[in-house]
Amino acid sequence: MKKIISFVLVFFCFISNNLSASEKYSDLENKIFKNLRCLICQGQSIYDSQSDFSESMKIVVRKNLQEGMSEKEIYNSLKNKYGEWVLYDPQVNKGTYLLWSLPLILFLLGGAIILRKLSILKK
Amino acid sequence: MRNKIFIIFGFILFIFCFIIFYKGLQKPNVYSPELNQKKSIPSFVSLDFYSNEKVLSDDIFKKGNYYLVNIWSSWCIPCRSEHPFLIRLKNSKINLVGINYKDNINNAKAFLNELGNPYSKILSDKDGVISIELGAYGVPETFLINKEKFIIKKIIGPINNESYKEIVNLIK
Repeated sequence: MKKIISFVLVFFCFISNNLSASEKYSDLENKIFKNLRCLICQGQSIYDSQSDFSESMKIVVRKNLQEGMSEKEIYNSLKNKYGEWVLYDPQVNKGTYLLWSLPLILFLLGGAIILRKLSILKK
Repeated sequence: MRNKIFIIFGFILFIFCFIIFYKGLQKPNVYSPELNQKKSIPSFVSLDFYSNEKVLSDDIFKKGNYYLVNIWSSWCIPCRSEHPFLIRLKNSKINLVGINYKDNINNAKAFLNELGNPYSKILSDKDGVISIELGAYGVPETFLINKEKFIIKKIIGPINNESYKEIVNLIK
């Protein structure tokens, strides 16, 4: 029994250690990390990744915040260095207007089809 | 009639989606930004590789000279393959500035002793911050800076014969 208890205790110690990994950064830092793409990883944000690139990015973001830069300023400065791709939340411009407007168009189109069907059924 | 319109509309939508996905599959999924606008080299503070003293980037990069900034590391295997090109460039009219990326100083010194030191100045980038300031991804990566302190060429990955020739042509 003692063995089981000590095993469970050790297990929880490890788990809590892992859970607290993201706590060394503030909420704002974590929010920014989640909005930045790890450019050398496949589909991971800076927050998720532990690559050299991501770790350096985290240091840069923290340094910029300490220097008094706002969240938006940090995004802009990184966008200037790495392009729009580094942001997970792309802004509306001529390259992304279709990306932003397509869900709305499809929603309206779907709504129109449903309304039409309903009006036909009512008749 | 209405059914026919729906079928035709659906078919067009299918073809549209098919073309987009087909084109998307052919695109390489490794992203590298194009250097479509000239960017000036950012100002930063770094440490000298040998003396560990603070160095200002503005004291290194001066107008009127070409600079080749090379990010390297002793643990980086492709850096070995590009090193002979850097040694060859040492003898041309360009200043080579090395940025030693997240490296052990003794290993880095051993690397230079073994393969030769092509750099006129080496900076230490222990946490990778300077590389991010420059807009780099990792090692090896090389930036060509012109006489007006603008980055005119970015080479992601090791320098090869082709990029070597391109650099030589650009600094003529």
